[in-house]
Amino acid sequence: MRKTYGALAALDDVSLEVASGEFITLLGPSGSGKTTLLMVLAGFIRADSGQILFGDSDVSLVAPHKRNVGMVFQNYALFPHMTVAGNVAYPLKLRRVGKTEIGERVARALDLVQLSGLGERHVDQLSGGQRQRVALARAIVFEPRILLMDEPLSALDKKLREQMQIEVRHLHQRLGMTTVYVTHDQREALTMSDRIAVIDRGRFRQIGTPREIYGRPASRFIADFIGESNFLPVAVRDGQAYLGDKLLRLAEPLRTGEPSQLLGVRPEKVVILGGGDAGAHNVFEGMVREIVYQGESSLVSVTLAGGHELSVRQQAISAVIPPVVGAAVRLGLAPADTIIVPQDSPA
Amino acid sequence: MLSRPATQTQITHGRRLWLYVLVGLIMFFLIVPSLFVIPLSFSADRYLAFPPSGWSTRWYAAYLGAIEWRDATYVSFTAAFLTMIVSTVCGTLAAYGLHTARLRLMRLAYVAFMLPLIIPGILVAIGIYLLYAQFGLNSTMPGIVMAHSVMAIPLVVITVASSLKSYDMNQEMVARSLGASRPWAFLTVTLPQIRISVITGALLAFITSLDEVVISLFIAGGDMSTLTKRMFNALRDEIDPTIAAISTLLLLVSVLLLGAVRLLQRKSGRDT
Amino acid sequence: MSAPAPASNRAAGRAAPGAPPAPVNAERLRAQERAENALLAGLTVPGMLLIAALVLAPIGWLFWLSFRNPAGFTFDHYLRLLHPSYTLTLQTTFELSFLVTAICILLGYPVAYIIAQARPRMAAVLMMLVLFPVWTSLLVRCYAWLVLLQRRGLLNTWLTDMGLIDTPLRLMHNFTGTTIGMVHIMLPFMVLPLYGSMRAISSDYMLAASSLGASPAAAFRQVFVPLSLPGLVAGTIIVFVLCLGFYVTPALLGGGRVMMWSMQIERNVNYYSDWGAASALGVVLLVMTLGIMWLVGRIIGFNRIVGAR
Repeated sequence: MRKTYGALAALDDVSLEVASGEFITLLGPSGSGKTTLLMVLAGFIRADSGQILFGDSDVSLVAPHKRNVGMVFQNYALFPHMTVAGNVAYPLKLRRVGKTEIGERVARALDLVQLSGLGERHVDQLSGGQRQRVALARAIVFEPRILLMDEPLSALDKKLREQMQIEVRHLHQRLGMTTVYVTHDQREALTMSDRIAVIDRGRFRQIGTPREIYGRPASRFIADFIGESNFLPVAVRDGQAYLGDKLLRLAEPLRTGEPSQLLGVRPEKVVILGGGDAGAHNVFEGMVREIVYQGESSLVSVTLAGGHELSVRQQAISAVIPPVVGAAVRLGLAPADTIIVPQDSPA
Repeated sequence: MLSRPATQTQITHGRRLWLYVLVGLIMFFLIVPSLFVIPLSFSADRYLAFPPSGWSTRWYAAYLGAIEWRDATYVSFTAAFLTMIVSTVCGTLAAYGLHTARLRLMRLAYVAFMLPLIIPGILVAIGIYLLYAQFGLNSTMPGIVMAHSVMAIPLVVITVASSLKSYDMNQEMVARSLGASRPWAFLTVTLPQIRISVITGALLAFITSLDEVVISLFIAGGDMSTLTKRMFNALRDEIDPTIAAISTLLLLVSVLLLGAVRLLQRKSGRDT
Repeated sequence: MSAPAPASNRAAGRAAPGAPPAPVNAERLRAQERAENALLAGLTVPGMLLIAALVLAPIGWLFWLSFRNPAGFTFDHYLRLLHPSYTLTLQTTFELSFLVTAICILLGYPVAYIIAQARPRMAAVLMMLVLFPVWTSLLVRCYAWLVLLQRRGLLNTWLTDMGLIDTPLRLMHNFTGTTIGMVHIMLPFMVLPLYGSMRAISSDYMLAASSLGASPAAAFRQVFVPLSLPGLVAGTIIVFVLCLGFYVTPALLGGGRVMMWSMQIERNVNYYSDWGAASALGVVLLVMTLGIMWLVGRIIGFNRIVGAR
């Protein structure tokens, strides 16, 4: 599928297969094309070319109102001139559902999103979280084939957002509705999704389960965008990776043919070793440059012997004695926690 | 009160008193002269004098008694009503089209819709007069309504377009994803929310037609003379107090319409 | 709950190299996009047709007529406009327009300033007072001024009664009366755009200026006035352009002694049935109007002028 605006390709040859009942997240920075893709799925933006198949039927040319797609927008887009129940009943009325059945289904949908009894409220009497629930109820009440959500939680504050993430996840598990979820929040994507499709500059960069994406990022961009990473240049000699002169033990064999690669190091995977045995760990030596206290953990900046910087996250457990600035430290990284990515992520 | 700072730059109300007096005087100049026609219309005098030596409703009687005034009133209000309908429909459709069509041409189209406001009225008037002469449309109701609609459509377009600009189009998209066709989504979701500005536009169109002078001078004659045309001709000849009575009535219509608009706007301000 | 997706990438990030390069439905998608846009653009057609038929076509025709005489193509109609009776009219038109615009700026600026600074409720009331004349019939307002300004009118009666004047002033059927009436009609069109641009000036700017040591007067002059300029320019243009083509008020309050360009047009149509002269006059008026708008549009953007109405 392709969509261009003038010379700018908003979507460049993207192709994605979503299993029935799957919760898939389109994750990307702003302007990456994720919302455009969602709009194409809903039918509000026409692709320049390409097909959208729901099951076996091609809906590329089908009008939005005949696609049977539920949609939740970032700003909720509730109808302010209707009550909560009126909003939720709207898609049912369009489908000429009988009056009593509408009543029942609206009540059931409101129950699902835990808004029972608020049907007669007006939209402006609701809190942000409640509005979000109404938008969700409205999008699922007519049992659409697909549920599309465009950054639905981004307008909520952090606590509520995390609570809603779990709730939406549970709702999905109960209903088993195929869901395409758009967000720029990597943590949200990791929390909620069966699979994540990382999108950047109109292309999918990697598609996989949250574990795959986090543990085996395919490029520097993804390793950087999802979670935090330090990058250290790695020299390749005889099919082996060296950091300086030190041989690295890696999780998987090196990709051949790329002389310069990067070692990605997640700050929370690094352990500060005492004087004892390093075991199977890769060991780095350096000096503590700065310690930033962040409550539940501290971020320790270490200058390695080779001059590179490495951030290390140290959990604030009383058993761990924090290092001091200026002290020499030995850092350990298990081979399974190593990430090797190409020097330049393909554009 | 007077010693309180009027602005955050610390000038007190007291030091700005002269400004308030000046603005008060200007407001007086804007409003009061028009209101003088009200007492005059109830004068018992044959000539204009103020204050009148006695009060009567003779000029209202004169107005209602004269068949040509009654006819003209009928023509004017009919034309205003029809103009309101034609231009509200055309203007609202156009505003929606201008807002939604993804064509570069639409910017130019918007300018084209503003042309009747930009081009001097006298030029529009003689142009329409010239055109109508070819088709026998001068002094006909359809002719008057079409001409007035041309002047009213830009106002409807401006009012409706500005409210569409602040309207959240996502709502219409949601409605369509929920199963509403585009026209139905517009009717059930968009229109209820922009209705205040549509009604405002409609009332503007009504008053525009009712008060239109220059075009009517050329194209509305004989049986189809509008109120404004008869008033203009009467004013050129002499200052007849009957006109004070008519003016008072027109003033009443204006106040009612403006009041209605204000009421609607305040209501919408509360609702949303 | 469905089983987690298989670890193998069922979806490839990019189309496989062997995939067909140009999907077959591109043409149909484009056709549908065009059809939808055409339909939406089509909504403007009824209004556009009316405007094209009643405004654009006749003006084109007038333009054509202005170059025609029974013998064919001619510049005569334009050459006749060089006659002193017309040049005098042109002068009067510009003098009156300049004067009215200048007075409107002087009166409109303080009004807009006060409204922009008033609290919302007060501003709404003041705005309604400013808009009241716009909703009031033009003829009613002209009539009111005729009554007030005539020789034995209210103003003269009161001035004589108070002993300020001995003989009634000539306030009507001349330049003075026309100016007063025109200012009354044009003032709201100055206040509206001014108010719009003043409302957009954040008071933070003034605060910043005074915190940097500007006196209130200096802050007003150096910060507020420049920021309100777009509205001032828009208002000035609207008023000036409206004045240039104005007909009703000069015709009634001028009593035939103040000859405006628009009145010459009316005369040539109604008294002399001279369409050649009328259309030449009309074309000149149109060119002046559009020329001024174009010139200013180049400077501040056309949509601001129109949008400000």
